[in-house]
Amino acid sequence: MSLEIGTDMNALQATNEFLRLYWAPLLCGVAVVAILPLIAGYIVLVERKIMADMQARLGPMRVGPHGLLQPIADAVKLLIKEDIIPDNADKLVFWLAPVLSVGAALLSLAGLAIGPAFQIAQDINIGILFVVGISAMGIFGIVLGGWASNSHYSLMGALRSSAQLVSYETAAGMALVSALLLTGTLNVKSIVEAQNKEGIWFVLLAPVAFFTYLVASIAETNRAPFDLPEAESELVAGYMTEFSGFRWSLYFLAEYTNMIVVASVATTLFLGGWLRPFARVPWLSFLDFAPPVLIMAIAAYCVLRVPKQPTRVQQLFMLAVAGLCFVTALVLAVPVVLPIIKPSVREAVAPFYAGIHGGFWFIFKVSVYIYLFMWLRFTLPRYRFDQLMRLGWHFLIPLSIINVLLVGVALIVGAYFHLQGWGLLLVTTPAAILALVAAFFILAVEKGHDARPDQTATSDFYVG
Amino acid sequence: MLDKILFYFFAGVAVGSAVLMVTRRNVVHSAILLITALLATAGIFLQLRAEFLFIVQIILYVGGIMVLFIFVIMLVNLDVALQQIQFARQKWVALLVALALAGQVGLMFWSSRKMPGQGLPVLTAAAAEHLPANSEEVAKSLFGSYLLPFEIASVLLLVAMIGAVVMAKKRT
Repeated sequence: MSLEIGTDMNALQATNEFLRLYWAPLLCGVAVVAILPLIAGYIVLVERKIMADMQARLGPMRVGPHGLLQPIADAVKLLIKEDIIPDNADKLVFWLAPVLSVGAALLSLAGLAIGPAFQIAQDINIGILFVVGISAMGIFGIVLGGWASNSHYSLMGALRSSAQLVSYETAAGMALVSALLLTGTLNVKSIVEAQNKEGIWFVLLAPVAFFTYLVASIAETNRAPFDLPEAESELVAGYMTEFSGFRWSLYFLAEYTNMIVVASVATTLFLGGWLRPFARVPWLSFLDFAPPVLIMAIAAYCVLRVPKQPTRVQQLFMLAVAGLCFVTALVLAVPVVLPIIKPSVREAVAPFYAGIHGGFWFIFKVSVYIYLFMWLRFTLPRYRFDQLMRLGWHFLIPLSIINVLLVGVALIVGAYFHLQGWGLLLVTTPAAILALVAAFFILAVEKGHDARPDQTATSDFYVG
Repeated sequence: MLDKILFYFFAGVAVGSAVLMVTRRNVVHSAILLITALLATAGIFLQLRAEFLFIVQIILYVGGIMVLFIFVIMLVNLDVALQQIQFARQKWVALLVALALAGQVGLMFWSSRKMPGQGLPVLTAAAAEHLPANSEEVAKSLFGSYLLPFEIASVLLLVAMIGAVVMAKKRT
């Protein structure tokens, strides 16, 4: 009898193990895939609002108060649009390409850790390489889609896109290497833990690598000022010219997901992942109260704006948004306020605090990075293709390679003098300055070469 | 059980797409099928718990080399390539080579069967938690036991790279 119970228990444990190993990640994955289009839609809305703000206009205002429901209207419009496949297109590849793009982008999200507890593919050894490698596969969607459309504009866009990706991936990879030198691990969680241990974010220890990654990631996600593959003034819409309706929206989703992915990689490697700013400085621990206070302030602002809304529906909507912010602020406030009221529960709420606040800081940093993307987009004019190539090959790649060498040397010197944390700045800052000087020197030499009269501009036909 | 299912799935996909790749007339379709075959091989690596090989296969072959392949294919005029008669005269040579390869593999299996205990090395499956960290182990063997071959390969690649640059420079 007891033996039977024992086997039952074993079976139960095995089932639990099975559920934990396979079903929990699967459910998380489904949730991410379901929510992400909504998030991407709202990033688009935020982008339009920021653009409007920078250009001194209002932006979308019609659907919902301040255009808050615009993404949903856009989604419905895209879903019911006519789906056109050109007659001479390669039907199979035309069908496959957007799916490839969006599939790669969504799959790479699985390796990211949003807070110490939230990660779909738990603790994979190759961590950051998985994210980078899988998201780089999205390029096939763009290239094949451009080819399958059987249109010159699309093909040009595809060619530009692949040339651009091949050029900038080297620089991005080298930037990752110099950050990984500081941690000695590829595991996403261990990278953040290492930054916690050192007490300093790697953006300060490897500023050149961060800069290189920032530029290369803009180029890899095909965003302005490097959006040559879809340059509307030259190529209609580049590789997306022949796509409409749902397929087009898949490309859009892939682009915005890729933005989230590169922002998350940068956050994990350089900006301390889910760590609070200055997580190891005791007298700054009042920053724990920043998230709930910030969101409470947003709620209060929404309530203040209620009387200014023109119609009753919009007033109610504004109140609903305020309520949502209020609830979020409460959830964020619970783990920091409870230990003050009742010190005995400090241990019990610690994982709860790490999870919720970790998630907040991670999303906050990702948002800041994406805001930087938008800011650059609305500030800088588009590069010409040869300028883009020159920036990549003559400046960024030498800079990133020199930086890897110098960061390595700096770390050895630092280890020799037993430097740690902020002390490492003593050796990494000269290394960064030296790398920049060397890269500018190489650039100047290259410019001298290019200025020779017999070397006219190369006639690559994809320059357009 | 799950391992076996995964292995046969990836192996089947790899072989199937490899066969289709050779038989397609359209070069871009062939390239897509080659990507599928490479991805399926990466899947087999992953099923064997060789995570690092899995991602290196994807980053290098799929993300790097195949992008260049497709880039070059798109520069070629496909309509002309389609009309040309391709690989017609190599049928018998190919058959011969394939038969020789099959014979070799068969011989190896047959001879190993006759040597009890010394045949093909069969490792018992280890629990995933007990395996050493994958990328670290690869690094240790690359920069430890196999440092000289690794350096020779690096120098060889460097020479090839410089050679390519020199040849490209000459034309302008």
